[in-house]
Amino acid sequence: MLDKHKKLEKNSMLLLLFTVIAVSIGGLVEVIPLFRMDVTIEKVEGMRPYTPLELMGQNIYIRENCSSCHSQQIRPLRDEVERYGHYSLAAESMYDRPFLWGSKRTGPDLARVGGKFSDEWHVAHLKNPRELVPESIMPSYAFLANRGVDLRKIRSHLKSLRTVGVPYTDEMIEQAYNDAMAQGRADGDASGLRARYGDKVITRDFDGQREMLSEMDALVAYLQVLGTMADLRHYNPDIAEMKE
Amino acid sequence: MSGQELPEKDDITGVETTGHEWDGLKELNNPAPRWWLWVFLVTVIWSVGYWVVYPAWPTFSGATEGTWKWTQYGELKEAQQEIHQRRAKYQDRFHQAALADILADAELYEFARVGGAAAFKENCAACHGTGAAGGRGYPNLNDDDWLWHGKLDEIHETLRVGINSGHDESRISQMPAFGRDGLLTRAQIGDVTEYVHQLHLADKANATPAYTRGQQVYTENCAACHGADGEGDRTLGAPRLNDEVWLWGGDKKSIHNTVTNAHVGVMPAWEGRLSPDTLKALTIYIHSLGGTEPDVPMQNE
Repeated sequence: MLDKHKKLEKNSMLLLLFTVIAVSIGGLVEVIPLFRMDVTIEKVEGMRPYTPLELMGQNIYIRENCSSCHSQQIRPLRDEVERYGHYSLAAESMYDRPFLWGSKRTGPDLARVGGKFSDEWHVAHLKNPRELVPESIMPSYAFLANRGVDLRKIRSHLKSLRTVGVPYTDEMIEQAYNDAMAQGRADGDASGLRARYGDKVITRDFDGQREMLSEMDALVAYLQVLGTMADLRHYNPDIAEMKE
Repeated sequence: MSGQELPEKDDITGVETTGHEWDGLKELNNPAPRWWLWVFLVTVIWSVGYWVVYPAWPTFSGATEGTWKWTQYGELKEAQQEIHQRRAKYQDRFHQAALADILADAELYEFARVGGAAAFKENCAACHGTGAAGGRGYPNLNDDDWLWHGKLDEIHETLRVGINSGHDESRISQMPAFGRDGLLTRAQIGDVTEYVHQLHLADKANATPAYTRGQQVYTENCAACHGADGEGDRTLGAPRLNDEVWLWGGDKKSIHNTVTNAHVGVMPAWEGRLSPDTLKALTIYIHSLGGTEPDVPMQNE
């Protein structure tokens, strides 16, 4: 029996056939769950697509490669739940393209960082992390405050995300630029933005610079919404009760 | 390569070759070591056992459950129940107890202090520092210079609703930007800076003309919140100005900047984010840091 592999190795078509079979098993195990997304993704209230400004923040997060040091997934393990809060649900990253779960925690997990610190803290910390956390080894991102956020292609960006399944409406795409400006300015009219993305959307001058909508505004807007959309109390009463 | 051909044997080792040759080098057809083969077979058998007891194969309606019915969520729940039980000795009593009673009960006090310290490191230390010494814009919690009272109930309330946090009941502290919004002229701000800078001095000998003018500006614009003598107002979160503790810096430049642009500090609301028991534990911990005040209800003041 141990010699049978000779037949396979000396007959290329047979080898090809068995290779295809072996690879298909592995592939199917990975692919089948994708056809059952509706079962895999939990029903949880509150999820919405990112606003244009948050999306720009996410782009900066990707550009600066934040996910090489920060994960965005709280695993269902006791110590992580104790530290970071409710474990992450699949639904919570269903509008992330690409996913930013990460696999390395040089810095802390950011899945629920939204609302945990003030905007001022984020701005000061991004500018000079060691001013607030002396032992930090995070690089400085002070330059974000001096760069205007580039909204020239924001509409096409929303459009491409719609192509891959993020439910942006025509109106959201049409108003993308205005929505971004409205969210990052404390004094703008944000009624349209709220009508489109819900009342929970935070509109503030995130970086405290009135004259410019900077990349800092976008990144902080993104950080402040992380993990805050899903209403977890309705999702898992067991956990909510236990925490009481 | 026909089957009839006898396999060639290597002269030196007497082992069959594979028949392949590369530039005169031939490959011996040694079998895999037996120990290796056995380990491989054992892992194959092991994996079959694994499929049986653990969730393994995806199906169209879910996945095979495995006979042990193991799930990650189940394991989490068990682990949580385990700490729940470990804490049970205190937890229920702690949950029922009023803040003041916890202070009086040595066991509960220790339980709260230790739990609070852990929660502090994760949630509060980023701003207030690991030792709660604070920093520019973030109050030191070890001293008795409280912005919003250092009594148990008040600390708890601050933790619960935050400051300028967007919480429905948030504590609100808003200083006008006297310079930026044109409420005071540059000269007036210079004067009032001179005055505030010297407020804490017992000996106000260097009462320059600017100081005197500044006093006037102070009385008209600042005293309503910061008090006639700069004693501050803890119901408004207005810092005391006649001491040497400064939130945003006490040099003239910093004071000038604060009056011109104002600082609106934000503390997040922790209700909903942390459990009620964690809030209580944090309250006790912060109260224990020192600089606390006798815990009498506010109205008795």
